[in-house]
Amino acid sequence: MSTTISAPPSDVKPKRGFGSILQTLARPPIGSLIVLIAFCVIFSIVTNTFLAPSNLSLVVQQSVIVGTLAIGETLVILTAGIDLANGSIAVLGTIIAGRLVNDGYDALGCLVLAIVVCTLVGVVSGTLVSRLKLPPFIVTLGLLGIVTAATRLISQGGAFPVTDDLLSWTGNVFTLGTTPVTYGMVIMLGLYALIWYILTQTAWGRQVYAIGNSPSAARLVGIPVGRRILSVYTFAALLYGLGAWLALGRIPNADPNALQTANLDSITAVVIGGTSLFGGRGNIWGTLIGTLIVGVLRNGLTLVGIDPLWQDLVTGVLVIAAVALDQLSRWRRM
Amino acid sequence: MTAMTSLIMETRGIVKRYGHVTALGGVDFELRDGEVLAVIGDNGAGKSTLVKVLSGAINPDEGEVLLDGQAIHFSSPLDARIRGIETVYQELAVAPALDIASNLYLGRELRRAGPLGRWLRMLDKPKMKREAQRHMDELKFRLPGITHAVEDLSGGQRQGVAVARAAVFARKLVIMDEPTAALGVRETGQVLDLIKAIRDRGLPVILISHNMPNVFEVADRIHVMRLGRRVALTDPKSHSMADVVAIMTGAMPGTDPVPEA
Repeated sequence: MSTTISAPPSDVKPKRGFGSILQTLARPPIGSLIVLIAFCVIFSIVTNTFLAPSNLSLVVQQSVIVGTLAIGETLVILTAGIDLANGSIAVLGTIIAGRLVNDGYDALGCLVLAIVVCTLVGVVSGTLVSRLKLPPFIVTLGLLGIVTAATRLISQGGAFPVTDDLLSWTGNVFTLGTTPVTYGMVIMLGLYALIWYILTQTAWGRQVYAIGNSPSAARLVGIPVGRRILSVYTFAALLYGLGAWLALGRIPNADPNALQTANLDSITAVVIGGTSLFGGRGNIWGTLIGTLIVGVLRNGLTLVGIDPLWQDLVTGVLVIAAVALDQLSRWRRM
Repeated sequence: MTAMTSLIMETRGIVKRYGHVTALGGVDFELRDGEVLAVIGDNGAGKSTLVKVLSGAINPDEGEVLLDGQAIHFSSPLDARIRGIETVYQELAVAPALDIASNLYLGRELRRAGPLGRWLRMLDKPKMKREAQRHMDELKFRLPGITHAVEDLSGGQRQGVAVARAAVFARKLVIMDEPTAALGVRETGQVLDLIKAIRDRGLPVILISHNMPNVFEVADRIHVMRLGRRVALTDPKSHSMADVVAIMTGAMPGTDPVPEA
């Protein structure tokens, strides 16, 4: 009936040896998990304080803000975008809440307003990216400047100490066995679980991956690409707003000069966590692991007594290694 | 217009002009139930414009489109899709990093029954896998496994996934716009086998192609376009490949009466 030669049962390109090891390492979050475990093992051998519950808790507490901003960053990067404004948006949130509460307004109302304003900034960036098709890098670079300036204008240069219980609630501690745990840590881990569910178990999540992986295919199969991208930037900015609340709990002082490197730190965490800057590939737990790698590194080197500059150096190496691994595994797939 | 089998899609006197250029100068078109109808023509003969009319991408200036004998007006390709018409493009419409089952259901994901699906919007992954495998088996489309990433597949298999998707969701007909143009010989064979399998399931297929051997291998009838009109509606058994090419290029008169331009 058919004059064509029928295909052999399997047409899968064979992947063996170096290539398959590379593929495994590049599959997030396996590679980053190995790195995290390796650092933990090293620091638990060379110091006798690293594994103490209070120290491990401190590592996580210090990772809460960047870890939360990095969740939103992961969503944006999965669509092949980038968000340089996330730290500045969170600072805007802390200043709005801090100043208004200082002025005597109701704390809950101020907190909600701050989160809403943060979310609206995401609506702006999402609209510019999805409707006007402006490059995300430029849009969020511009917003970084605008939001930072707006924050300074609102704060009028000053910082606002937070005395309100609700605003600093996320820094409150309870103990789990002997481990001190803050509510902020619980919120961050809860957000990771929530985003894991949304990304892997819902159509929205799958479509976010598809848009980053192949925008033209996403469009051809009828996914409303523009609307999805707008929703990603909006949702990410909502997470930055929650990050603002976590920041007020961590350091109860709304400071317009805080979190200046949080945007790059969160991108670092996402990349070390194995999410591809080209979009469409990645894993939210990888981002958590990436955040923790940076946290463990800083904490461990401090405990050992090594100059903290080494932390930046090692982090830089890890970022380049992670991107190189992603790039190499892409070439192999071609 | 009384054919042995019923007409699924029909057009009468379709005219489409772009400024002074008449892309389609009154095209009649008919697609019978359960057939593979090839639409061929030289570059600029109007086949892609005709396909855009049939798939809802553009609206004709004159003439009517009938689906199941009813005059219809597509407002968009999505509208055509809602009416059961699926289109496969030359461009690969697959997300390489996602697995085969996810690609099959991309944009039309199935949710779980009950509160998990309704309130938590939870995907029904097992069902999508199961159904995807069943459809692939029915289409006799051999794949390494439904959970493999599409990027692990050959080019022909990737296009096969897009073709299978159209076959699974089309209720009326499948339009394929040069689906094998980017593929090698053996990979083309895989896609042609799929086209036959779709027809054997009872779905009519409109195949737009440049490739005469491909057309003669799978088509039941051939609609030949020339200068914005249908110049012949022939049977590959009654005309040789050389004849059809001659009609297409104007070296031989067609069978359809062509009004003087």
